[in-house]
Amino acid sequence: MSALLHPLAFIGALVLGICGTIGKVAIFMARSFSHILRPPFYPKELGVALLNIGWLSLPVVGLTAIFTGGALALQIYSGGSRFSAEAVVPQIVAIGMVRELGPVLVGLMIAARVTSSIAAEIATMKVTEQIDALVTLSTNPMKYLVVPRLLAALITVPMLVGIGDIIGIAGGYTVAVQNLGFNPATYLKNTVNFLEPLDVISSLVKGAAFGVIAALMGCYYGMKSERGAQGVGQATKNSVEAAAILILAANFVLTGMFF
Amino acid sequence: MIELDNLQKRFGENRVLRGLTLNVERGTSMVIIGGSGTGKSVALKCILGLVTPDSGTIKVDGQDATTGDRDAFLARFGMLFQGGALFDSLPVWQNVAFRHLRGSLKKPQAEARELAIEKLRRVGLKPETADQLPAELSGGMQKRVGLARAIAADPEIIFFDEPTTGLDPIMAGVINDLIREIVVEMGATAMTITHDMTSVRAIADNVAMLHEGVIKWTGPVSQMDASGDPYLDQFIHGRAEGPIAAVR
Ligand SMILES: Nc1ncnc2c1ncn2[C@@H]1O[C@H](COP(=O)(O)OP(=O)(O)OP(=O)(O)O)[C@@H](O)[C@H]1O
Ligand SMILES: [Mg+2]
Repeated sequence: MSALLHPLAFIGALVLGICGTIGKVAIFMARSFSHILRPPFYPKELGVALLNIGWLSLPVVGLTAIFTGGALALQIYSGGSRFSAEAVVPQIVAIGMVRELGPVLVGLMIAARVTSSIAAEIATMKVTEQIDALVTLSTNPMKYLVVPRLLAALITVPMLVGIGDIIGIAGGYTVAVQNLGFNPATYLKNTVNFLEPLDVISSLVKGAAFGVIAALMGCYYGMKSERGAQGVGQATKNSVEAAAILILAANFVLTGMFF
Repeated sequence: MIELDNLQKRFGENRVLRGLTLNVERGTSMVIIGGSGTGKSVALKCILGLVTPDSGTIKVDGQDATTGDRDAFLARFGMLFQGGALFDSLPVWQNVAFRHLRGSLKKPQAEARELAIEKLRRVGLKPETADQLPAELSGGMQKRVGLARAIAADPEIIFFDEPTTGLDPIMAGVINDLIREIVVEMGATAMTITHDMTSVRAIADNVAMLHEGVIKWTGPVSQMDASGDPYLDQFIHGRAEGPIAAVR
């Protein structure tokens, strides 16, 4: 209601709120990274996080990539045939997956799967005083909870993106060879010859950036949650929204940088 | 040993602590009583630095608690949280042995487990509970695991936030004896919050009553009954009528 009555005040408050959040997230990020290099380290927690964020995300990443790659091949074939350019399917599938769809889709799947679970877990710990208990047991929650998840995402999400790229290209290859009558050997040769190292590097760099965003948003909203079950739900929702939007924004910026 | 001076803390409009002043001598057991929602838990959290007071000073051994080495400071404390605050992703024994599994007090796993099982026994829990997850235990059992975790590293100063709520009378007696034993035999300093007057008499050397953000009465437990303070009298006899309003 007040938004309708005082539109300028509403916009002003919104802008101030966004600026404040950006500042707080930046401080949180700086603090998190500063803890990465300072002992104590928690290798067991890192191991668990690597397993949860990396290994257990493989099925979801694989399925997303294979269907997308397959659909992409069909779309490009249908679009290409309108000006007799069906032959470009391998090249466009490769570049589309590696430069754009692989990192973005993996990033969004990680935001859905990993950010939400990190936020819900840490938020529950916060509202049940487990974070306070950690502190009284001389354990820094930033080092014990945030650093392992951040590091694990930084390490595994680029790998997941690489794997997603390969599986996506394989999906396109399968459709092209099975349904569209492409020659298998030529398809592969065209794919490999066409991709440049920079394409692959940009894909992996995006993966690393999106991994950091996904883990950081989960931790940030989890750590600042309050007010019981409702607060946990709120933290989870906010973290996934923020991660998804930041991933898409970062994708735009990074694509510009590698253009 | 613990000196709180004019501690103030508000949450928005809610003025919780309004100048709390309290001294706890080394090796004694202080019990804090007071109505629900008067800020007893907040006071303990202030000492541990989990809540930052708006003003006032907290000294431990004459040293300001907010400055200096946090890790060394916290290593001297054990805390039982009112809600248990057990780590629900870790089995019971790893909760109890938390300090012994990482950091400066790290011990070999088998030894840490032995110590954890010994502490569980002291709070009346069987060794079988060691491998269960906190969510599989009853409320009273969770409370006792929290207690075992608080005393696991034999801290010098221990805070118990309602150690006997949710326990049957026999188990409450066991826990009261344990707290007394920790103070008398191991020389620890204890601060306990409780609503249970039997516990107060069993545990306390000194009693402090918190009301409206200040300590209304404090003194040795032996003088509690003859204090002549109407607030304290109403509280210890559990009367609905008296200077303390029933709705707050
Ligand atoms: N994090 C917080 N944010 C806002 N208000 C708080 C917070 N923690 C405590 N309070 C408020 O401070 C007051 C005192 O809370 P506290 O938990 O210390 O009560 P208590 O004396 O321990 O009560 P009980 O005996 O019921 O446990 C309450 O009114 C509570 O609403
Ligand atoms: Mg309380």
